[in-house]
Amino acid sequence: METFIFLIFAALAVASSLVVVMHRSPVYATMSLVVTLFSVAVLFVLLGAPFLGALQILIYAGAIVVLFLFVIMLLNLQKASAEADRRRGQLWVALPGALIFVGMVGLVFLRAWRAGAPPLQPLTADLVSLKGLAAALFSDYLLPFEIVGLLLLVAVIGATVAARRAPDAVAGSGPLPREDFVGAGDEPRKEARS
Amino acid sequence: MVPISWYLMLAALLFAIGTVGALTRRNGISIFLSIELMLNAANLTLVAYSRQMGDHTGQLIVFFVMAVAAAEAAVGLALFIAVFRSRRTIDVNRLNLMRW
Repeated sequence: METFIFLIFAALAVASSLVVVMHRSPVYATMSLVVTLFSVAVLFVLLGAPFLGALQILIYAGAIVVLFLFVIMLLNLQKASAEADRRRGQLWVALPGALIFVGMVGLVFLRAWRAGAPPLQPLTADLVSLKGLAAALFSDYLLPFEIVGLLLLVAVIGATVAARRAPDAVAGSGPLPREDFVGAGDEPRKEARS
Repeated sequence: MVPISWYLMLAALLFAIGTVGALTRRNGISIFLSIELMLNAANLTLVAYSRQMGDHTGQLIVFFVMAVAAAEAAVGLALFIAVFRSRRTIDVNRLNLMRW
């Protein structure tokens, strides 16, 4: 039964990730990424990490993908994707490189599998439960946890500053009068800019 | 019981697909999607090894990777918005302002 579930969701993950890479429209690619993320979340649960599976769906599928969709629709990328979205020369480099990578990794795992894998550690309640995870997170990994919190704060501030409508944002031309900046791209806006 | 090496093989496959996407797409958003795919493949590897070792550490690293991925997506997409605002495109082949 477990093998059955694994095979279904592994195939689903590979197929949907191929769609992510191949599809011309960014919206379809993003929606396909949701399927990939969900499949990987199921595999997390199979591996005895149900909390990470839930986190995967909540954070990735719930927050990051929605952010992607917002930006795609904000920038109106349908037009940009209609023209050729491939770099032909690099395809002939990337594809053999990826195949060689998969082949080498597969060879290593095949030999390890033939030699007999080391015995699997038993799935303890400490490993699966949120309690065990939280105990390790807030004792041994307290400093990385705080640093990640700081990183998220910096990211929020950085994203706000980067996406701000600032006169300096016009490439290479320094501060411009407001009227020139409106002409440089965006629709004129009536409300006051701060 | 599914052998752990199957999970690792699947993760390698997903990582390779993501690499091909990141190298061959020209649309900046698509490159970002491919990078998310690669991050997820690495996460799958970490959780698989965590299961093999019977240790928390892999799961905790995945937790941190998710936070970093969220930060990366927020900053990167904001940068794309800023670039699109001034250049009207996010085609990475045409963003060559810093080329020497």
